[in-house]
Amino acid sequence: MNNNIIEIKSLRKDYHVGEVTVHALRGVDLKIHEGEFVAIMGASGSGKSTMLNILGCLDKPTFGDYLLDGINVNTMNNDALARFRNKKLGFVFQSYNLLARTTALENVELPLFYNPQVRSRERKESALRALEAVGLSDRMHHMPNQLSGGQQQRVAIARSLVNDPVLILADEPTGNLDTRTSFEIMELFQDLNDKGRTIVYVTHETDIAKFATRNVTFRDGKIQRESIVNERLNAREILETLPVEAIEEFD
Amino acid sequence: MNYTNLFRIALRALIRNKLRAFLTMLGIIIGVASVIAMLAIGEGSKQKIRGQISSMGTNMVMVMPNMQRRGGVSLGASSSMALKYTDVLALRNEATALSAVSPEVTATGQVIYSNQNTQTTIYGVSEEYMGIKKLEILSGRFFNANEIKDMSKVCILGQTVVTNLFGAGADPVGLSIRIKNLPFQIIGVLKDKGESGMGQDQDDLILAPYTTVQRRLAAIDYINGIYASAISEEKSPTAIAEVEEILRRTHKLKESAENDFRVMSQSELLKTITSITDIMTYLLGAIAGISLLVGGIGIMNIMFVSVTERTREIGLRMSIGGRGKDIMKQFLAESIILSILGGVIGVVLGYLLARLAGSLMSSHAIVKTQSVVLAFIVCFIIGVFFGWYPARKAANLNPIDALRYE
Ligand SMILES: Nc1ncnc2c1ncn2[C@@H]1O[C@H](COP(=O)(O)OP(=O)(O)OP(=O)(O)O)[C@@H](O)[C@H]1O
Ligand SMILES: [Mg+2]
Repeated sequence: MNNNIIEIKSLRKDYHVGEVTVHALRGVDLKIHEGEFVAIMGASGSGKSTMLNILGCLDKPTFGDYLLDGINVNTMNNDALARFRNKKLGFVFQSYNLLARTTALENVELPLFYNPQVRSRERKESALRALEAVGLSDRMHHMPNQLSGGQQQRVAIARSLVNDPVLILADEPTGNLDTRTSFEIMELFQDLNDKGRTIVYVTHETDIAKFATRNVTFRDGKIQRESIVNERLNAREILETLPVEAIEEFD
Repeated sequence: MNYTNLFRIALRALIRNKLRAFLTMLGIIIGVASVIAMLAIGEGSKQKIRGQISSMGTNMVMVMPNMQRRGGVSLGASSSMALKYTDVLALRNEATALSAVSPEVTATGQVIYSNQNTQTTIYGVSEEYMGIKKLEILSGRFFNANEIKDMSKVCILGQTVVTNLFGAGADPVGLSIRIKNLPFQIIGVLKDKGESGMGQDQDDLILAPYTTVQRRLAAIDYINGIYASAISEEKSPTAIAEVEEILRRTHKLKESAENDFRVMSQSELLKTITSITDIMTYLLGAIAGISLLVGGIGIMNIMFVSVTERTREIGLRMSIGGRGKDIMKQFLAESIILSILGGVIGVVLGYLLARLAGSLMSSHAIVKTQSVVLAFIVCFIIGVFFGWYPARKAANLNPIDALRYE
C-alpha cells in the first residue's frame, strides 16, 4: 500500500547570489504518509524554510524528484503549480499574511476565489465552516487589526483549510505568539490531524515539536535525524493544567 | 476568477485608497473634460457658422467680375465691367444645373425720410433674388416684371433701414423716401435676417429693380454680379462648371485667356470655412489630448507604487493559487477602473464646462455622442496600455520573493 503524500528523492536546492552558490539543500530523502503530523526542526539556516517552500510548490528544486500526492511536481509549469496549490495545499505563515482591511470571512474565502468551480454561495458556506472549525465564527466580520495575534493565526489556519487540502504546510506558525497561544494553535492542529489532515510544520522550539507524531531535524541542508515522538504532548490537556497566571513565567 | 469578482476586488483595493485613487484619476478627468469641452465648443461654433452660411442663400452660386490685379495695381475699370445683363439671360437659357438667376447691381448712397437719413447699399435685382438669397417679405409685396421693365422707382427695405429711418418695428409700406435725391415708393419690408457668418449686417439694405438701380442710381450699363441657385447642393460643382463654360463663350474668351469673372458656390465657401474650424477643433482637441497622456502616465506611476506596496499580498495570492494571469488581470482591472471612472467624471465635467463656455460665448456647445464614445474608448486603451507594464511586473513576481518582501 502506497499512501505517501510526499515522496522526495535526493533533492537539492542551490541559490546563486552573485558569484556565490549557496547549497541550501544537499540531498534530502523524505517520505510523509497520509495523516502524519510532522515537525521539521533544525538550526537557523539549516534549510527548513527552503524545504517547506519546495514542499508547497512555491519553489522548484535544483535537482531531485518530488512526488506530491502521486504527481511529479517537477513536470508542472507555473500555472499548473498555482492550480495545484489552490486545490491541494494550505499554507500558514509565521506572520499570518492576512489581507489588511478585509474581514476574517473574506480572508478565509480568498483561495476559493481562484477556483472557478466554486460558486459564491458555496464559497461563503465553506469559509464559514472553516472559521467555525477554528472557533472564530463570532469574529467573521472583524478586520485583522481588530484581532489578536493568535486569532489572526487562526483565521490564517481557517484560510488554509477552506479548500479541503491534502496537506497543510506551516512555517513557524507559532513564531510570533506567546506560549499559551502557541499551545492553542497546536491544539487546533492536533484536532485537525485527529480528523485525518496531514500537516507539516517548521519550528525551532523543542516543546512545540513534541505535539507532532514525527520529528525531522535538518542540519546544513541535510536530514540529520528522523524520530517518532514517543511522549507526544496533548495540547488540550496541557492547556487545562496551565494556570492562566503562569503564562508570563512560562514565557 | 470570474469578472464580477475581479471587478469587486479591484474596486475594493481602490476604495481602500480613495484619495489616492481620486488624485490619480484627476489627470484623466482633466484630460477628458478638456477634450470633450474643446470638441463641443468647436462643434458648436462650426454648426453656428454652418447655419449662418446656409441662411445666406439657397445652394447659392455667385459670379463676380475678376478684378485683376498685377502687383497690387488694378488693371483698370474694364475688368470690373465684365458682366452684363446678357450673361444673366444666357445663364437662364442654357445652364441646366441652375434653377434661378438674378443680376445684382449695387449703389451706395444716402437715404432720406423727412428729417431722418441713413447711408446704405441699394441692390438692384430681379424677382428670383428673393428665393436665391432666402429673403422673405414681412409686409407689402415684391416688385413685378412690369416695374422692372419700366424702371419704376419702387423699393423694399431691410429691417436696419426701417429702424434707422422710421424706428424699430415700424411699417412704412406706402410711404415715400428719397434715395440719392430721387423719390422712391416703399412697396415692401423684409423680414429680419440677422448677422451673416462673416459678421456683416444682412438687414442693412434696400432692394429695387435692377433696371432702376442700373440706370437711375448708378448710371452704368454693366452689372456688379450674378446670383443664382443650383438645383441642389450636390449639383453645385456642375453648376460652377456650366457657368464657367457659358460665360467664357458669351465673353468670347480665347483658350489661353484667364476668366474675366470668378464663380463661387455657397457649398465651397461652407467647406472652406468648416475645414478651418475643423482644423482649429482638432488642434485644440490634440492639445487637450496631451493632458490625457499625462493622466495615463499618472496611472502607470500609481500602479507601480501599488504593485510594490502590495508585493506581499501578491505573494500570498500566488501561494493560495493565484496564477500570474490572475494577478495581472487584477491590476489591469484596477487601472482600467481608474481610467474609465476618470473618463466618466471627465465627460460629465467636460459637458458642464462646454455649456458654461457656450453660454459665455453666446454659441451653444454641442457634445457629440461620437466624442463621448471616443473618450471612453481612449480611456479604456489608456487603462490597458499604462496598466500593462505594472501588472506584468506583478504577475512575474516569484511567490517566495514576494512573500518575503519587506
Ligand atoms: N532566496 C534566497 N537566496 C539566497 N540564499 C537563500 C535564499 N533563501 C534561503 N537562502 C539560504 O539558504 C539557506 C537556508 O535558508 P532557510 O531559509 O531555508 O533556513 P531556515 O532553516 O528556514 O532558517 P530560519 O530558522 O532562520 O528560518 C540559508 O543559508 C539562506 O541564506
Ligand atoms: Mg525559516
